Amino acid sequence: MDSTFVIEQLINGIGYGLMLFLLAAGLTLVFGVMDTMNLAHGTLFMFGAYIAATVHEHSHSFIAAVLAAVVVTVAIGALMETVLMRRLYRRNHLNQVVATFGVILLADDLVKWLWGAAPIMAPTPAALSGPVQLMAELPYPSYRLLILAAGVAAALLLYVVVNHTRLGMLVRAGASDRPMAELMGVRVQSVFTVVFVLGAALAGVAGALMGPLTAVQIGMGEAILIPALVVIVIGGIGSVRGAFVAALLVGLVDTAGRAFVPPALRAVMPPALAADVGPALAGIAMYVLMAAILCFKPRGLFPARG
Amino acid sequence: MNSHNNAWLAPGLLLAALAVFPALAPHFGLDYYTGFVMRMLIVMLIATSLNFLMGYGGMVALGHAGFVGVGAYALVAMTEAGITNAWALWGGAMLAAAVAALLVGAVSLRTRGVYFIMITLAFAQMLYYLAVSLRAYGGDDGYNLMARPLLGFGLNADDDATLYWVVLAVCALCFLFFHHAIGSRFGQALIGVRDNESRMLALGYPVFLLKLQAFVIAAAVAGLGGALMVTQNSFISPSSMHWSQSAVLIVIVVLGGLGHRWGGVIGAAVWVSLEEVLRMSTEYWHWPLGALLIAIILFAPDGLGALCRCRAAGTGAARVGFFHLLRRSA
Repeated sequence: MDSTFVIEQLINGIGYGLMLFLLAAGLTLVFGVMDTMNLAHGTLFMFGAYIAATVHEHSHSFIAAVLAAVVVTVAIGALMETVLMRRLYRRNHLNQVVATFGVILLADDLVKWLWGAAPIMAPTPAALSGPVQLMAELPYPSYRLLILAAGVAAALLLYVVVNHTRLGMLVRAGASDRPMAELMGVRVQSVFTVVFVLGAALAGVAGALMGPLTAVQIGMGEAILIPALVVIVIGGIGSVRGAFVAALLVGLVDTAGRAFVPPALRAVMPPALAADVGPALAGIAMYVLMAAILCFKPRGLFPARG
Repeated sequence: MNSHNNAWLAPGLLLAALAVFPALAPHFGLDYYTGFVMRMLIVMLIATSLNFLMGYGGMVALGHAGFVGVGAYALVAMTEAGITNAWALWGGAMLAAAVAALLVGAVSLRTRGVYFIMITLAFAQMLYYLAVSLRAYGGDDGYNLMARPLLGFGLNADDDATLYWVVLAVCALCFLFFHHAIGSRFGQALIGVRDNESRMLALGYPVFLLKLQAFVIAAAVAGLGGALMVTQNSFISPSSMHWSQSAVLIVIVVLGGLGHRWGGVIGAAVWVSLEEVLRMSTEYWHWPLGALLIAIILFAPDGLGALCRCRAAGTGAARVGFFHLLRRSA
């Protein structure tokens, strides 16, 4: 195993982590501000991917595809917030989980009806299809670098918005102590609407960007929802900083698990056994990380509420 | 005590109806539904165990399907090892699920709320990937049981009706067990923990131990459900342990009525039947279920069981009290 391979996997892990962050940021803010669990967040990711793939196919413009994905997911997010989430946020988590699970079922059938049950192809933008020579021995797909850059940009933007704007101040106030914030005159409900729609936009961007790397298919939202939930739980619910650290941690651990565990096992045990155990260990790496962290810090790394 | 007897009238009639069903079904060409109702009974059993954990213990576990899978795979492993007696296999499956739950619970119960939901999910996903990696038992593709386990006592497990009656008896016994457990000192203490943990701690109750016991009991019954499932289908695959299956179990319990005595039963009956009907009639069978869930949460957030309770309360004041009476007299 040479160092270029390690570096390549490191970059892959950071890229995956940044994508997870785009999803987790919205989830953790919605949870932190309104104490609302939204299982359908992955659904917005799925819509982002489908819309982007379709628009890209027809318009041959990647930028138009991403913009269309954002516009549509923002619209769906706003609709969801006004029609459903608003009625749920005073309910217990279980009610929220069941209702948003219902949204998943609705949305999956809607996508099946619009696009068919088979996965669709999301084209990679032509200008970004070639590799970039990062180091002498390391050509890296330029599209993955774009994802990396987009993730960093989104994280910076969120950092500025949350820590240095009036909206961010209201969000933080709502997340750390909602009754007190309301008492001080913050309209937490309208802040929540903005946060929910912002979260939807981020999920849409993540879906649009991830589409060309993974299969665009029904169920992709549920598949990425669990890692995103793992991220917000490790980070401490409601904490954007926690989500960022945890997203990178989960991205790296998951990628490392897939890249390094199977070859390492092949070196120390019979190939047949390694072929059995390797993928399983790679699959659970992320969950072991979460269980270990919750064992020692039952409220996550950076709990937003004291 | 009159209302106490009334309370058992409906379940008694239901049990009787379920018991005669496989005897009548062939005369109406409904043979297929013997297997269907058996499957529904098993889901009811599993949902009831989760209702006990969530509704009475206040522990929302998003990994219950993991223990169903442990029970199922334990049965498969013991069958491979040469055990053929169904009762031994089912007992072993319960034991395996209980041991797994003891380990998982000891770690998970340190957390609460959403963190508990997520850590139980994490352990269930670990069990899921373990099942995927068990190539000796089929790995990803699942495992086919060569023959149904032997029931003994002159019962033929290959006959669907016989197995149905055994499953019905097992489910009824488990249901009675949960009914008594909830009424017992243990159950009442558990409800106390659900309602106010710190107060129970201050009163000197071993809160952690109580929760762990409930967690292990619920998992053992879920494991039994898994074992019954393999016995019926002769097939198990890791997909039955996937987190979405655990989510469906939670949905079933909330749909039926969380902490309602019949919550798991009602929820499973509605969900499994709807799934069956919709799947047969349309390719797009998910969305009516989704719409139903949203409607239930918006308009009847305490589940279908609570709707029945309201109607019962409306028909007479005596019936309002019978849930309290049941709890005390049990």
